[in-house]
Amino acid sequence: MFPQQLVNGLTVGGIYAIVALGYSMVYGVLQIVNWAHADVLMVGTFIGLILVTQLHMPVLAMVILAAAATALIGITVERAAYRPIKSDNRRMAVLVSALGMSVFLQNLAQLVFGSSTKPLPTIKKIPYTIGSVSFTNIQIIIGVTTILMLIILYIVVYKTKMGIAMRACSVSIPNAKLMGINTNSIISMTFGIGAFMAGIAGICIGTYYNAVYPTMGYMLGMKAFSAAILGGIGSIPGAVVGGFLIGIIESLGAGYISSGYRDAYAFIIMIIILIIRPSGILGAKHIDKV
Amino acid sequence: MTIRFGGLTAVDSVSLEQNRGEILSLIGPNGAGKTTFFNLLTGVYQPNEGSIVFSGRNITKMKAYERTNFGIARTFQNIRLFKSMTVLENILVAHKDCNQETLLSAVLFPGRIVKRRKAVIEKCLELLDVVGLADMKEELATSLPYGKQRLLEIARGLATDPQLLLLDEPGAGMNNLEKEELTRVVHHITKKMERDVLIIEHDMKFVMNISDRIIVLDHGMKIAEGLPHEIQNDKKVIQAYLGSGTFKDDDE
Amino acid sequence: MVGDREAKMKSIKLTTGTKTILLGIFTAALFIVPFIIKDTYILHVIISCFIYSCLALSLNLIIGLTGQFSLGHVTFYGMGAYITALLMMKASMSFWLTILISAAGVGIFGYLLALPALNLRGDYLAVVTLGFGEVFRLFLVNAIDITRGPMGIPGIPSPKIGSFVINTKQEYYFLALIILIAVVIFVRRLIISGFGLSMLCVKEDDVAASAIGIYPRKYKLWAFVIGAVIAGIMGSFYAVYMSFISPSSFQYGESITMVSMVILGGMGSIAGPILGACILTVLPEALRSFSEYRMIIYGAALVIMMIFKPNGIWGLDKRVRNIYMLQAGRGVKNGKSASGIQCDNSLRRADSGR
Repeated sequence: MFPQQLVNGLTVGGIYAIVALGYSMVYGVLQIVNWAHADVLMVGTFIGLILVTQLHMPVLAMVILAAAATALIGITVERAAYRPIKSDNRRMAVLVSALGMSVFLQNLAQLVFGSSTKPLPTIKKIPYTIGSVSFTNIQIIIGVTTILMLIILYIVVYKTKMGIAMRACSVSIPNAKLMGINTNSIISMTFGIGAFMAGIAGICIGTYYNAVYPTMGYMLGMKAFSAAILGGIGSIPGAVVGGFLIGIIESLGAGYISSGYRDAYAFIIMIIILIIRPSGILGAKHIDKV
Repeated sequence: MTIRFGGLTAVDSVSLEQNRGEILSLIGPNGAGKTTFFNLLTGVYQPNEGSIVFSGRNITKMKAYERTNFGIARTFQNIRLFKSMTVLENILVAHKDCNQETLLSAVLFPGRIVKRRKAVIEKCLELLDVVGLADMKEELATSLPYGKQRLLEIARGLATDPQLLLLDEPGAGMNNLEKEELTRVVHHITKKMERDVLIIEHDMKFVMNISDRIIVLDHGMKIAEGLPHEIQNDKKVIQAYLGSGTFKDDDE
Repeated sequence: MVGDREAKMKSIKLTTGTKTILLGIFTAALFIVPFIIKDTYILHVIISCFIYSCLALSLNLIIGLTGQFSLGHVTFYGMGAYITALLMMKASMSFWLTILISAAGVGIFGYLLALPALNLRGDYLAVVTLGFGEVFRLFLVNAIDITRGPMGIPGIPSPKIGSFVINTKQEYYFLALIILIAVVIFVRRLIISGFGLSMLCVKEDDVAASAIGIYPRKYKLWAFVIGAVIAGIMGSFYAVYMSFISPSSFQYGESITMVSMVILGGMGSIAGPILGACILTVLPEALRSFSEYRMIIYGAALVIMMIFKPNGIWGLDKRVRNIYMLQAGRGVKNGKSASGIQCDNSLRRADSGR
């Protein structure tokens, strides 16, 4: 049973990691939590659903197109709901604005697509069994996609000029501006990349559970956010570690303890780790300068 | 006392003693560890080695707020007043009788503490008089000009009824007129109120003028100690300020 | 806010006379409302406003006064509701006794939750409190032996005073109004006290607060405990008022609504959270005729509000200056000291200015 739970845990863990990266990157650059991230993901998944069921697009084209559309939505959300807010208490104002955005997107999706759960027929499921472990081709594809995205992200962030600019912004936006970096476009790019990956993650999870619905973002978002916090928000490797950790713990907890509390394990582990180590596993320790 | 941040030893085995009613100044180039030293004294940081004895008691393990209640108050280099509060309120909250009001008396028996509140308000108005801000008591603290904000912070420190008051660059951003006012206030504190004052300051004219004694820090170490005119002629001090030829990267 | 002003401001009638009279009339009007409006739906909306006002005021102590970003207020609310429901159903206790027990129980829970959580900053605290809320809700759903799980607990008995049973909407209206007035008086006395000022210091700058002898942890803990106790009491009221509770009433969305109320209305004040609570309770109801569009409008309204009025409608920027003098003003009147006159002046200016 253990290897089986591990495989399932790794599958969803990878998806959590990808979504967590979206939270973590935005936090790294702007020090705000993009609470609408998961709803952007949900809208992206619905776009994918439309593309595949109404327009009968090939899967690969659908994924790329849907992710691009999600990226656009992510950028729009930042421009519409975060950037215009100027306040000495910006963090709280952005929180409320983001929550408003989340309500807006969820209900818009409900209005347009209906509130019922819809299947996402992308790939035909083919089961395999090796020893006592059974898995499907979907799980393999999700795993490969996850690894591919992590590699691409690594190259973008650590090997390109834009990545350097992004990391500069995460140290200090005013200083980055003084160095001639167009910080506004970097912020947009950060949201865009996060949303692009979220779009792909949404289609992956929609295919895995074969379900798409307007509130699908909430739990996924909460767990991914827990993963980002767990790993140390703002840290890219932290988000990946946190995502896989949460996926595996939840899968093992559901298998060995009780499946009713499946959604609770992520939170319990996160709470315990934060209490022991408030800055997360790989987060930087914060020193107050007086 | 010694404190290290990672590999950096910010304050290295510095020791000092202060006498009653004395104005002692702590000077040194940027990054010498002056503010860090203050933070050690007030309990923002804990020293890795050494101890602090105040009024005959070892207070090394005390938390910041306990030290304040024990008689050490401070101001901050980058002014930290309470933004949404008025000038008077900024001082009120520093007074023991105000900030140690219990929830029970505040909510169930507000009538009984009216007298005490009145006394607190009067005491604080007196302190505002000392720094010359009494007629601005209803302004928001942040609407005051910079120099007056510094004076207000001093008054706030005084409201905690300290024996020792630590001033972190009280003259920064002040014009000459305001510095004269500051000198008057500091003298009032030491002469009339009989409190001790420890000052960090960069304005040498001001320091030489006001201090009874001066201590010089550089790279976290004490390099000189003495009367103002002794310090003025100390070779090591001049070298620390003007540099010894080699470039040193000092930033704070 | 109303009844409190009426009671508290007597001492400074001369300076705030008109205000006092207006607030007095408003309070009296609130007591007459159920005799004029018989429509149970409207009464229900008003009672909801009262409940959320209390919840927002209690959350305001945590967010607005000590600056702790708690997204788990619904946990306290739900816990209070379940304690009352279970004790009344299983132990046939009197409602009034269960209120005390749930206030104490939820208060202790708030303390235990805050103890470790206080080491966390900003968004970390937010996500931990949110996580606690989710774990609590999942417990309600899964612990079927105790809570009946998602089916909820129906048939919670009505509260009794002697042989009089509080049963109709009108009667609940009065109960809710009295609770609201009590909460307002409590919160107001707290805000104008040295205790309240110290809380505000902790919110604004805890390093500076420590430097003047305030122990930030103490106030943060108290804020959590008081906030939890009030929310627990409101939960108890909600349980008997609805006579049915289920985990779906205590989802994370409720916490978020409460936070929105506090921030939209304005943090740190009394009028702010009440305004926020009323607006965010009435708005979705008023938009009912747009049915499917209403939550979309609601979401967009939150975004637009934050862009144009990020500090809320009635926030700290509208704070009465030198509020601590309000009560000392009474002593000053009798005392006639030199600074006493100054106190009065400051009050007059504070009131006319703001």
